[in-house]
Amino acid sequence: MMVPVEGFMYPNEVELQWSVLIVVYPFVTGLVAGAFILASLERIFHVVAVKPTYRLALLTALAFLLVAPLPLQLHLGHPERSLEMFLTPHKTSAMAMFGFVYLWYLMAVVLLEIWLDYRHEIVLLSQSTTGLKRLFYSALTLGSSNISEGALRVDDRVGWVVTLIGIPSAFLLHGYVGFIFGSVKANPWWSSPLMPVVFIFSAMVSGIATVLLVYMAMMKIRKQSIDMRCVDTIAQYLLYTFIIDFGLEMLDLIHRIYEADESFRSLDFLLHTKLFFSQVILQIVLGTVVPILTIGFIQIFNVPEKLRRLAYGVCGSLTIIGIFAMRWNVVIGGQLFSKSFLGYTTYKLDLISREGELVAVALLILPLFILAALLRILPPWPERQTPVGN
Amino acid sequence: MSKFKDAEHLVRLAGACAVVLVLFLLVRAHFIPKSFGQYGHFRGDALAEQSSKTISYAGHKVCEDCHADVLEVKKAGKHAGVNCEACHGPLAKHAEDPGSVVPQLPDTAVLCVRCHEENIAKPKTFPQVVSKEHSGGTVCKTCHVPHSPLLQPGDKKS
Amino acid sequence: MITRRKLLMLLPAAAFAWEYVLAGTPDVAPNYNSSEHWWGMLLDIDKCIGCGNCVRACATENDVPEGYFRTWVERYHVADWQQDTPLVDSPNGGKDGFPESSAVGGKNFFVPKMCNHCADSPCTQVCPVGATFHTPDGVVLVDSSYCVGCRYCVQACPYGCRFLHPTKHTAEKCSLCYHRITKGLTTACCENCPTGARQLADLKNPNDPIHEFLKTHSVQVLKPHLATGAKAFYHDLDGSVR
Repeated sequence: MMVPVEGFMYPNEVELQWSVLIVVYPFVTGLVAGAFILASLERIFHVVAVKPTYRLALLTALAFLLVAPLPLQLHLGHPERSLEMFLTPHKTSAMAMFGFVYLWYLMAVVLLEIWLDYRHEIVLLSQSTTGLKRLFYSALTLGSSNISEGALRVDDRVGWVVTLIGIPSAFLLHGYVGFIFGSVKANPWWSSPLMPVVFIFSAMVSGIATVLLVYMAMMKIRKQSIDMRCVDTIAQYLLYTFIIDFGLEMLDLIHRIYEADESFRSLDFLLHTKLFFSQVILQIVLGTVVPILTIGFIQIFNVPEKLRRLAYGVCGSLTIIGIFAMRWNVVIGGQLFSKSFLGYTTYKLDLISREGELVAVALLILPLFILAALLRILPPWPERQTPVGN
Repeated sequence: MSKFKDAEHLVRLAGACAVVLVLFLLVRAHFIPKSFGQYGHFRGDALAEQSSKTISYAGHKVCEDCHADVLEVKKAGKHAGVNCEACHGPLAKHAEDPGSVVPQLPDTAVLCVRCHEENIAKPKTFPQVVSKEHSGGTVCKTCHVPHSPLLQPGDKKS
Repeated sequence: MITRRKLLMLLPAAAFAWEYVLAGTPDVAPNYNSSEHWWGMLLDIDKCIGCGNCVRACATENDVPEGYFRTWVERYHVADWQQDTPLVDSPNGGKDGFPESSAVGGKNFFVPKMCNHCADSPCTQVCPVGATFHTPDGVVLVDSSYCVGCRYCVQACPYGCRFLHPTKHTAEKCSLCYHRITKGLTTACCENCPTGARQLADLKNPNDPIHEFLKTHSVQVLKPHLATGAKAFYHDLDGSVR
């Protein structure tokens, strides 16, 4: 494979090991964690303003969580052996332990919380529908049709505990992904105790932005008015999280520039050349500074509703693009320079291949289709059983 | 009593989870390779599998069994430390069945320069020449005996 | 006092314990006891002539695919005192030797590279399934029939010695010719090195001359600050080597 190499790279390093699919994967799990944190804002911290997005956030988290293993399976040399990670997990491997963190999060947090919150509707639907739908909802009830006051109160209390456990679980989920990179001492772009923390906060930012966009889009599709108090509050939390995230990333950057260790020359070169567009323009300027300044502006000055909605839409989109760029810069960026710090390679992204562009785009869009299906199966707005239009 | 009734669905859920756990343990027992964990966190059989791979290079000791005459010459010369297969290639098959596999003599025009062509990165004490100037296209074997290559005074073959 | 009764009780216990003793010494080859060996290698920079014999021999012995390297040779040019900006090249891993160098003056030398068979290897630490592991005699191996091809080990290796096999889709690297050393042979690279720049070392054998060399000469390992417990020891390694 003729890949252009500048300088010197160890012969086996020229070809990148982890492709764009390994960029998609932390991006998707990040959205999950962030969406869940937003949902927990209402449940645990009683931020009533964001209640309209509670169920939507949970379903968004589930949709992305279901897609998360797919880029990994497509990337493995032997996906048919992937069960080995659960049969003989190597306890010192962050990747192996992550399999269990993922399972825990899927089963004991997201699915459980959704089930507890929706049980009332599920039981009603199992009684009101017919045929295959009836079978489906009946299975979901696990054979219990108790939706008395007492039972629902039990659901509420247990659900509260699940959400409470869910918050550190969400941190663990995406913090672990950060640790998978942050614990690799061979790669100085990755190896840092800050990595899990940066990943967590950037995950929260992307998740909150996603739920914000999905909510606004859903209201538009359903021709309903957007609850401005809700989106204003979400935007505020987005701003707070962004400030922390930006602070952390700047801390990492300043620390690297100041200490200027042996890897610095390589990383500095990358930042000025191959990663200039994705890191400086997309991630930092468009993806972080613009949303922070815009939403910050809205906190200080009185901006009319329509303009605010437009600003939130634009900022939300820029945020999501910026966080994807951040994952790209970490994963791909970390493989573009040689571990000898004497050379650079290029990432050849194919259009059509098992780990190519089309597959990556498909994996990013797939959760939206799954979400659409989930919204049909488990409508977040119970007063409208039959959606208008669609 | 009513308290239990209100939490009954949770008990059903716990039951379902228990069933899944048992299934998982059964799958584990069936699919984990038997030798796994014997010597550490890996498939114990892998050790024997690795060490039973086919060998391509016989090793100089094996050559010496049959080719003692060459060894006598080589031992006394500058190539004493160069093992046979370093020049003659992998010969485990030949060692096993000498009749069936007859090794080809290496072409000294190509072979010798690989080591002895001058290069700034080679140790200064290592014998190296600029082959064009040294022999001007003449094949190395014309003057040098590969098994004992250093020319002695009066040794020059024409 | 040892009574007959006590002996009768001790014997089955001893037999039971012996089973465990034997289990710790895998039956990899007849007459080979893993617990008696701890393998490493000496790479003498003073002697390497960059002929590429080792790279070719390894490729032949281990069916290494074209374009990938279980071992390779690098050529360094260090101008003046500039330790941190050497010019390095490794055309096709040094497999076909090295062409004439355009370098003038300075320090020039060859550096053979390979898996360091680290005692505290980061690669085995990160393997999620246990497909790469340490043998009891200190060799890091890959179990190709168990590897899932996640490439985490390739990322974790600081020395760039691992790659993903292009057709087997599993991780691959130098196996220290385990199939040879367990039969009393040396590795293919050492066997074919014409100058003795590469020599297998048995660090548990006090009579091993290479082990002796390591005890009496100045030796270095690559990237010591990463504390990998590397067992590929270099003699006269310049500070510019990465």
